[in-house]
Amino acid sequence: MSARDLFTFRNRHFRAAVGVTAAILIVTVIGGFIVLPFAQPWVQFANAWDAICSAAGLPQRTAIVAAPEQTGRLSEVVLTSSTLSRSSQEAIGRGATLAQRCAICHGPTGISRADSPNLAGQYSAVIYKELHDFRSGARTNAVMSPFAVNLTDQEIADLSNYYAYLPRLPAYHPTPQLPKPNIVIYGAPMRGIAPCGSCHGSLDNKIGSPWLEGQSEAYMKAQLQAFASGERRNDISQQMRNIARAMTPQEIEQAAAYYASQPADVVKAVD
Amino acid sequence: MLANRKLILAHFWLAFAVFGVALTLGAWQMFIRSPIGTWLSNPELYYRSLTAHGTVMGYVFPTLVAMGFGYAISESALKQRLVGVRWAWAGFWLIVAGSIMAIIPIALGRASVLYTFYPPLIGNVFYYLGVVLVVVGSWIWVALMSINLRLWRKAHPGAPVPLAMFANVAGSYLWAWTAVGAALELLLQIIPVAAGLKTTIDAGLARVFFSWTLHAIVYFWLMPTYIAYYTIVPRAIGGRVYSDTMARISFTLFLVVAMPIGMHHTFADPQVGAGFKFIHSAFTALVALPTLLTVFTICASVEIAARLRGGRGMFGWIRALPWDNPMMLALAFSFVMLGFGGAGGLINMSYQLDASIHNTQWITGHFHLIFGGAIVIMYFAIAYDLWPHLTGRELLDLRLIRIQLWLWFVGMMVTTFPWHWVGILGMPRRMAYFDFGDPAIAPQALSVTLSAIGGFILLASGILFLVILARGMRAPQADAGPYCFAVAVHEPATVPVALNTHALWVALMIGLTVTNYGYPILTLALNEGTSVPAVYVGAQ
Ligand code: HEC
Ligand code: HEC
Ligand code: HEM
Ligand SMILES: [Cu+2]
Repeated sequence: MSARDLFTFRNRHFRAAVGVTAAILIVTVIGGFIVLPFAQPWVQFANAWDAICSAAGLPQRTAIVAAPEQTGRLSEVVLTSSTLSRSSQEAIGRGATLAQRCAICHGPTGISRADSPNLAGQYSAVIYKELHDFRSGARTNAVMSPFAVNLTDQEIADLSNYYAYLPRLPAYHPTPQLPKPNIVIYGAPMRGIAPCGSCHGSLDNKIGSPWLEGQSEAYMKAQLQAFASGERRNDISQQMRNIARAMTPQEIEQAAAYYASQPADVVKAVD
Repeated sequence: MLANRKLILAHFWLAFAVFGVALTLGAWQMFIRSPIGTWLSNPELYYRSLTAHGTVMGYVFPTLVAMGFGYAISESALKQRLVGVRWAWAGFWLIVAGSIMAIIPIALGRASVLYTFYPPLIGNVFYYLGVVLVVVGSWIWVALMSINLRLWRKAHPGAPVPLAMFANVAGSYLWAWTAVGAALELLLQIIPVAAGLKTTIDAGLARVFFSWTLHAIVYFWLMPTYIAYYTIVPRAIGGRVYSDTMARISFTLFLVVAMPIGMHHTFADPQVGAGFKFIHSAFTALVALPTLLTVFTICASVEIAARLRGGRGMFGWIRALPWDNPMMLALAFSFVMLGFGGAGGLINMSYQLDASIHNTQWITGHFHLIFGGAIVIMYFAIAYDLWPHLTGRELLDLRLIRIQLWLWFVGMMVTTFPWHWVGILGMPRRMAYFDFGDPAIAPQALSVTLSAIGGFILLASGILFLVILARGMRAPQADAGPYCFAVAVHEPATVPVALNTHALWVALMIGLTVTNYGYPILTLALNEGTSVPAVYVGAQ
């Protein structure tokens, strides 16, 4: 007995096995591609071919539902982990020169005394993204936007490299004075909030999430409220809006106060 | 004693050693995310552990058991010298090398991607290369099983292939083909990104490739257990296999219907068309068939044993069974867990019901019950049965063995029943932390605590298992005689060629893979713009 005796319709086992398998396949194909698509009263198909294509998962442009009108610009920046991963001394030097324009608000060392955000040691991808967003109008601020509109791509990259190069404020949380808020340490699993540090840097950094330690309290509070209300909407895939919307007002206060804590000597040095 | 006992023992010891480590990690995971553990503050550690636990329990441990058992079957069922022992050792060492290569990046936190790989998440390239080495090592075993059977056929033209070897080779072919999905995903998609040659990945296509592997790998895990049901249990309890033909049909059916159903793991995925989901779902319903045949045949075989021992009456024979025989106990526990797990599986396989438990703890509860419970308890039984033939020494303390099996069964019940329950309540899986102080989930605290306690019972049972095997290496010497398998009520004199060879079933398996996967894979692969940027583990 050999394969030749088996793979022939004269062999009854072959007949049965292939026949039954093919029959089941045909029945399921008819069920899945013709019967079931038409059994959905809420979908309209022009003809059977349309139904088959839809069931096969062929990407189609359906004109039935119009895409919702986009109001306002969204961020068009694409960030990958290789964005600005290499910086040169020249780029940092050019950035330093450009940054003189920014010093009145963001501080000569990148640490602000007013409530503008600190930029020193910020991840370069963050500066890069925020400047692009200010320039395109995806993020707007009456004070900041005018300084971004005329920046070239090269200038944005240089500024990002420069600020990322400056030493950042460390995490400073003396436990007795400041109890760690739950929202920061644990997040809120049932509301889909991961611990802040799993994106923002103390546990792990997800690209595009800013370093928050030592940041101005008023600024962070304002940003969280803006995310929650939808006033700020440049975060890709609503990463931060989804979180801020689910936070309570107290949690916003607590998180902002927690991250704003700075070592005493830093505060003095800036003054 | 078996001639290749060193080879087989090496496989078993490595399997059970890594099992012990992964079991400890499992118990720790259970504890740390329960109300009785205190939160670590670093979810990354949890995912490191989860990646190690899943990779070992899913890829390394069952593969080694199937390989070791396969070599034992080839030698003892065919009653011929195992050909390719050097190659077998090469396969073993590949697995050792692959495991070490994979575990280092996991331990360093560079590959916390979980055993399902989770693209576009990308970890260190050595993790994936390690997994590939493990698979390549096991493919050597597949080739050796096929070659040894071929040599035997040459020497015994037309004779019926012994059932154990027929099933063993069926399992090896199933594994060879189902591993291709994950291999394609790793080699074509993930490894180029992990090695830095590309920065984008088609995550949807990768998930479809993985689903190709994900269902039939379950049946590969199951094969040693089913082989033990048919060819060890009846012999060990003094019975006979009720039907040799039924057994062969079951194993061939596994080849045909285990493969074209993997998309039941992608019910919630938008990149797969609903028509294909329906076909896979319908074929999934068929996969119950070989299991039902098996349950029927084994119950009948067990009844034969009972009646031979003087059992009477409609159900009275159940009392006549040798309940103090560890093999009997393992089989009964395995069937109970298979029954509950199978009932849960019916929910997973139906498109609509699945939506309510998708990605919840129900799923983890389910596969621990079936895999950790019904399947692994028979791995224990296989080890106990083979041990005297591998060591030349007797396993003396049957009481301890019975305690171990009882602990595993009770532990699995205590762990998985509440685990299912919290899944129904909506507790998501793969989360490192739950705030049980929150009124929304406070009612789940009790169930999760129970599960954690069950986890420690399982850990105790696992340790006991290792102790029993270790003591078995030092017991007084005794000759266990040749290793043999159960005989059927009607031993077949001839078997139709369709049921004595695998070719027809392998052809159907590949054919159905083409019809059920071909179009979705082609469209996803040819469609432009379906790739997304990779997300690198630990990248700044
Ligand atoms: C007149 C004051 C002022 C000047 C000058 C200024 N900025 Fe700003 N900048 C702001 C304020 C205020 C914000 C916060 C905007 C908001 O609340 O949305 C801001 C925000 C930013 C941010 C976003 C920070 C974050 O963490 O999201 C970046 C980046 C930035 N500025 C860079 C620059 C650079 C580079 C320059 C110089 C070219 C510059 N700014 C000049 C006031 C200023
Ligand atoms: C899933 C990752 C993620 C988590 C978790 C997360 N964030 Fe964010 N967050 C982001 C990203 C990304 C941005 C930047 C959005 C943008 O402009 O593109 C951001 C921006 C912010 C900003 C504005 C900072 C600035 O300089 O512009 C604040 C404040 C903030 N997050 C606070 C929090 C707090 C508090 C938590 C914890 C409750 C938290 N985030 C959790 C991803 C995350
Ligand atoms: C034979 C035994 C076991 C096998 C084969 C096994 C297998 C697995 C696998 C494959 C995973 C999936 C990993 C992932 O989602 O990435 C897993 C997860 C897990 N296992 Fe096990 N396991 C076993 C025993 C145990 C035991 C005894 C415990 C508990 C004490 C346990 C606890 C867990 C936990 C907590 C998870 C994570 C679930 C989640 O967060 O989604 N496992 N196991
Ligand atoms: Cu499956």
